[in-house]
Amino acid sequence: MRFTRTILSFVTCLLATSSVAWLRAAELPSAPVDFKKHIQPILESRCLECHDTKKHKGGLRLDRLDDLLVGGDSGKAGVIRGKSAESYLIHVVSGIDPDATMPPKGEKLTAEQVGILRAWIDQGALWPADAAVQQKIHWAYVKPQRPVEPKLSWSERRWAKNPIDAFVLARLKQEKLKPSAEADRAQLLRRASLDLIGLPPSVDEVEAFEKDRSSDAYAKAIRRLLDSPRYGERWARPWLDLARYADTQGYEKDNRRSMWPYRDWVISALNRDLPFDRFSVEQLAGDLLPDATQAQKVATGFHRNTMTNTEGGTDNEEFRYEAVVDRLNTTYAVWMGTTINCAQCHNHKYDPFTMTDYYRSMAFLNSTQDADNDDERPTLKVFAAGQEQTLADLRSKQSAAEKALADAVKSEAFTRDLAGWEQRTTAALAKWEPIEILGATSDNGTTLTNLGPGEMLAKGEVRDTESYTVHGKAGMKRITGFRLEALPDNSLPGKGPGRAQGNFILTEFKITVGGQPVKLVHAGADFSQPSYPVGNAIDGKDQTGWAVGSELGKRHLAVFATESPLAVDGATELTIRLEHQNKEFTKHSLGRFRLSATSSTTVTNITLPEEIQKLLTTAPEARDSKQVARLSEFYRDRSPVTKTLVADAAKAKKAADDFLNSIPITSVLAELKEPRKTNRHIRGSFLSKGEEVSSGTPASMHAFPGGQPTNRLGFAEWIVSTNNPLTARVTVNRIWESYFGRGIVETTEDFGTMSETPTHPELLDWLAVEFMHPTIPDPDGRVAAPWSLKHIHALIVSSATYRQTSKVTASLLEKDPFNRLFARGPRVRLEAEAIRDQALAVGGLLSAKLGGPSVMPPQPAGIWQIVYSGDNWETPKNEDKHRRGIYTFWRRTSPYPSMMTFDAPSREFCVVRRVRSNTPLQALTLLNDPVYIEAAQALGRRVLAEKPKANDRERIEHAFRLAVSRKPTREEASRIGALLDAKRVEFAADAKSAESFATSQLGKLPDGLTPTEAAAWTVVANVLLNLDELITKG
Amino acid sequence: MNAFQHLHLENLQAVTRRHFFGKLAGGIGAAALASMLEPAAFGGSMPIDPMAPKPPHFPAKAKRVIYLHMAGSPSQLDLFDHKPKLVELNGQNCPDSLIKKERFAFIKGVPKMLGSPYKFAPAGKSGLMLSELLPNLATVADDICVVRSMWTDQFNHAPAQLFLHTGSSRPGRPAMGSWLTYGLGCESQNLPGFVVLTSGGKTPDGGASLWGSAFLPTVYQGVQCRSQGDPVLYVSNPEGMSSKVRRESLDALRDLNQMHLKQVGDPETLTRISQYELAYRMQTSVPDLMDISKESEAVKELYGIEPGKVSFANNCLLARRLMERGTRFVHLYHWGWDSHGTSPGDDLMTSLPQRCKETDKATAALIKDLKQRGMLDDTLVVWSGEFGRTPMNEERNGSKFLGRDHHPHCFSMWMAGGGIKSGATYGETDELGYHVAKDKVHVHDLQATILHSMGLNHEKLTFLFQGRDYRLTDVHGEVVKGLLA
Repeated sequence: MRFTRTILSFVTCLLATSSVAWLRAAELPSAPVDFKKHIQPILESRCLECHDTKKHKGGLRLDRLDDLLVGGDSGKAGVIRGKSAESYLIHVVSGIDPDATMPPKGEKLTAEQVGILRAWIDQGALWPADAAVQQKIHWAYVKPQRPVEPKLSWSERRWAKNPIDAFVLARLKQEKLKPSAEADRAQLLRRASLDLIGLPPSVDEVEAFEKDRSSDAYAKAIRRLLDSPRYGERWARPWLDLARYADTQGYEKDNRRSMWPYRDWVISALNRDLPFDRFSVEQLAGDLLPDATQAQKVATGFHRNTMTNTEGGTDNEEFRYEAVVDRLNTTYAVWMGTTINCAQCHNHKYDPFTMTDYYRSMAFLNSTQDADNDDERPTLKVFAAGQEQTLADLRSKQSAAEKALADAVKSEAFTRDLAGWEQRTTAALAKWEPIEILGATSDNGTTLTNLGPGEMLAKGEVRDTESYTVHGKAGMKRITGFRLEALPDNSLPGKGPGRAQGNFILTEFKITVGGQPVKLVHAGADFSQPSYPVGNAIDGKDQTGWAVGSELGKRHLAVFATESPLAVDGATELTIRLEHQNKEFTKHSLGRFRLSATSSTTVTNITLPEEIQKLLTTAPEARDSKQVARLSEFYRDRSPVTKTLVADAAKAKKAADDFLNSIPITSVLAELKEPRKTNRHIRGSFLSKGEEVSSGTPASMHAFPGGQPTNRLGFAEWIVSTNNPLTARVTVNRIWESYFGRGIVETTEDFGTMSETPTHPELLDWLAVEFMHPTIPDPDGRVAAPWSLKHIHALIVSSATYRQTSKVTASLLEKDPFNRLFARGPRVRLEAEAIRDQALAVGGLLSAKLGGPSVMPPQPAGIWQIVYSGDNWETPKNEDKHRRGIYTFWRRTSPYPSMMTFDAPSREFCVVRRVRSNTPLQALTLLNDPVYIEAAQALGRRVLAEKPKANDRERIEHAFRLAVSRKPTREEASRIGALLDAKRVEFAADAKSAESFATSQLGKLPDGLTPTEAAAWTVVANVLLNLDELITKG
Repeated sequence: MNAFQHLHLENLQAVTRRHFFGKLAGGIGAAALASMLEPAAFGGSMPIDPMAPKPPHFPAKAKRVIYLHMAGSPSQLDLFDHKPKLVELNGQNCPDSLIKKERFAFIKGVPKMLGSPYKFAPAGKSGLMLSELLPNLATVADDICVVRSMWTDQFNHAPAQLFLHTGSSRPGRPAMGSWLTYGLGCESQNLPGFVVLTSGGKTPDGGASLWGSAFLPTVYQGVQCRSQGDPVLYVSNPEGMSSKVRRESLDALRDLNQMHLKQVGDPETLTRISQYELAYRMQTSVPDLMDISKESEAVKELYGIEPGKVSFANNCLLARRLMERGTRFVHLYHWGWDSHGTSPGDDLMTSLPQRCKETDKATAALIKDLKQRGMLDDTLVVWSGEFGRTPMNEERNGSKFLGRDHHPHCFSMWMAGGGIKSGATYGETDELGYHVAKDKVHVHDLQATILHSMGLNHEKLTFLFQGRDYRLTDVHGEVVKGLLA
């Protein structure tokens, strides 16, 4: 330090004058330069990348003195002993020579570094013979080896619980610090419980733990917590930030997508402690595993959480490329703590990754089928246990029903029945005869032209409303029904049959004979527009009618049956009125139509599809096999022999289909048959493609594992190879951060050369190696499987380091404000989800339901104002209102507000490290959000219900224990008591406020509880739920 | 100073002293030291108030910004960029040279040129050519500077809005308002430093990411003030809780937290106590801010406010009130400018005049009001969409309604006050309004210029994240000197 300061003042002095002047003014600093300590690091970190044994750019090596003395291609001596001002090395590193500034990449050398180099040259440029100058490999790129545990004294061994403590203690001793005492039992159990399952312990659990004096009491508690299904929910939380899991697609429309089966997979995989290497491979390439299971395919949802842009007019290929970029960056960030994203546009400035490395890695991920499609294909149906069997059962029931039907159709009974029906129907088939037109008029001036038997065409200006009156005769003795055919015509807009872009609204169809109206009782049509059924034409109402919108340009027909047969003779004049009186949709008149009448008895048969009528009138021997089959198929629904069988088969099919449709889907990765070409993208731009690249891993990293395919699966195996220097370190570091608030490497997201130096490098390496190759047995003497996450959790939580109290003294705070040395236990604000979960748990409201579709707990109205879709936030009435935060519906462009306030990310991209802020909006949320008011009401009621006979003091103690696990001090209890008393008085005087404050969220009070009492306790509960201690893990 | 403030101050001083002058244990590295000296550069929460006002990099003309964003992107050709030639060529096929290799959002085949159906006339002393759709803006023509040569990289709404406000077309970068509050803090003790107001019935396409703080600490996130319900989420006391009950329960909470502070000694507890006090103050200051009924009749008339409704006029007035109270950055979004011409709901003849009617009067009022109050000199007002619109008629599926597709190559925007030239124009487009012909201004240049007006060097306002120094302008952007007064 002293040396540096001397040099610094020297340099500062030099900098005050101009650069030329200071070269002349060179002056020897007094402190001697130590080559190994001062010069070697500069050469190694800043020069050797280009000037070493392998690469000697400019014909120069800087790993030996000779070259420096002679100089490279420039012919200028890099170092002239004793003359730093004339040494070319100094010219280039200080920027004196504008044409050759070194180093060409990254930051310039600092004034201090230049000063040190000058001092070294001026002192004679001593280069010790044993100095092994070589390019330094950043520690994180060297495979971790299990370090030797520091030796501990007898008394230290009594404190230490496992090797973690040995490393921590060794460091504390260096700093002359002592570890803190163990936390008391309530604090310890609360801490471990919040850490391992994300929920506080129950009062019973705390009391039992306090009473259990057996030596393995804590070990048992840890085991219980690790075995709890809540463990998976809690530890899925940070993983879902990495996986950028959300329930919507992102970008403009941000529509819903179904990804929750992936979320449930994560929870389940963690609960069954799927080894981390398999956990990783299944997510990156589960689909490519031999005989991939459904679960392994669901796991690939990890990379289907990228956003999908469904905005109109977007280029799908552009956003597919963006998704692949995201996948690549995320993969390296999550598993290797590597900022490879820098190499998308240029070679990485600090870490050994070139732009080519970037696109070669991309090639592994670039051949999946997904392509920014709105429907998210490819997707997978996700069957729960037993559901596939259920579906198979339903399908076999369906087949059985279908077979029964098929058999029945083949039976003699059906054949006989069909023949009888054919005969009867054919005989009774309505025979329509056109009405002979005598004349036609219109009310408002439309011209009607007779085109042929019974047929008219409307011409002239289309009137807003219009009615046609047609006079005619029918050549039959009795009339049982009338038929109106609406016919297309090229002269009509949209080819008719109506005059309003092809449509019409027939508001009434009326028949009069001899001045007497004929009652029409039944109407049928081959087609009716929804909301315009044909029955409207005989309902006597002007504003309803028959229309055929969406089926325009075609012939349609309507039939109307008379109430009783109408006796006529050849002379009887029929008056037929076609009315179009709709005032809302004007100008909807018929264009071309034909009128007919029938005397058949079965007017209902009139509505037999024309196709069937035609078949029936075709002689049986003239029908081809298709026609025979069609008739049989048509009659199946009607035949007493098969009718119920048809219904049964349809029902069975519907049951199976409905069941299949109820099976949730999730998006998965699936490989294309032919891999996509991958190109380098110039400056990372989607539009500027460079040369094609083949897949491959960065040359600077460990080798691609032998025997692995060169595809996404091989890439995944490369990532989790035990030769990978990063994956295990990065993972244990992130876990450590969850416990202590900061990682051993503080920059959990970056282990590159720009990362923070680890505070405990040996501890980090020990944990990483122990993770891959476990040796420490659990309390039952079992050694965990390699890559067991639960093993690492158990080790950390069992350590004496973790078990210390988090109390901090002023002197400790001064020495180590951020607890980077671990001379005390962790004290960290809880994460967004845990804060809400805890409030619900303390209030006794939390649902224990595991997994399933995301839920929509209460949020203020108007948060969702969604462009285009009318999608709504609908709060459930059942226990889904009170599920853990991990199940809250996550809309990327409008995330759940209270969680955002507590620093939850929007999940549009991978977040390795959540920030922890402390803002007034957080205070407002905990004070006023109805969710927390509900929890306060519930906690108030809970205390009174669980301690019915107790006095205030006992109740306060119980409430306090429910909230923060420990007993209140006398001072705390009396402060709460004072608040309770004061509020009782106030609410007693204001019954209305008391009532609403105590019941606004939870509703009616239980019998015997007065609003005053409930309201006063709700105030107390509201205060407890806002305690700093409550929202902090301490 | 009440007892609480005294305690807070005392502790802040103690903490600050510890951090700045405390002896460093050998184990604390340089990085930890740096993070202590520069609280905002540090991922965790700090006992030093991150919103405390900070000095700019150099003396600044502007102290605060109001950004009026017309989401959907108004047609520059019908409002600001007068193109008689285009009117002449109306209905003719678009030349091949313009559409070759071009990516459009919706236009298919060979589109037809579309001259503006609106008249333009010179306004103000400067003779600024403005469309008849903006009669009120014309009255403040001499106070604004219109830039006709903006261009962007993006031609879809969400990416283009993100690009404009965060410097990146993908979500994940902090908003301009977050950068500004990170760089300059907030002068108000009782109100957020970065406020977002929306009108027009929908939130903008880019969603909350447009005002997210991304990797910056959440305290710099934009706070949405809502016109209905709680103006700031959860600012109102729950049903049945009087302000007296609230105050007394906060007193109890403070006492209990202080007892715990004594037991445990973590300064973070103290910050928590102070945040509850700030929250309590917000409970009064926010409703007071939102209560525009107290403004004079003349002001209400000037803006054309509609109390109790969600309106752009109300938001403009609120923006002025926020500026008066020390908020650093107010972002207004008005939705509905996406004039494709698929129906009267989004065409040039019905929808565009409607949007202009909704905003023109209040926009001009904001300028006048700020000027009257002597605030325009140090308040920067910016008005823009996220991209431009095509000089061609879109005619999607043969639509008969006039409309224009998305166009990234040029668009118009304007700025006023805060050290920007007044009564001026900057940049030109070609005679068809297809490309910029002179003085191109890229989105990153605009961002650099806004930061410059606020006294910040856009290359120096950085945040180290994932091993890299990030900034609003990514690795681009140049201050547009020609816009500065």
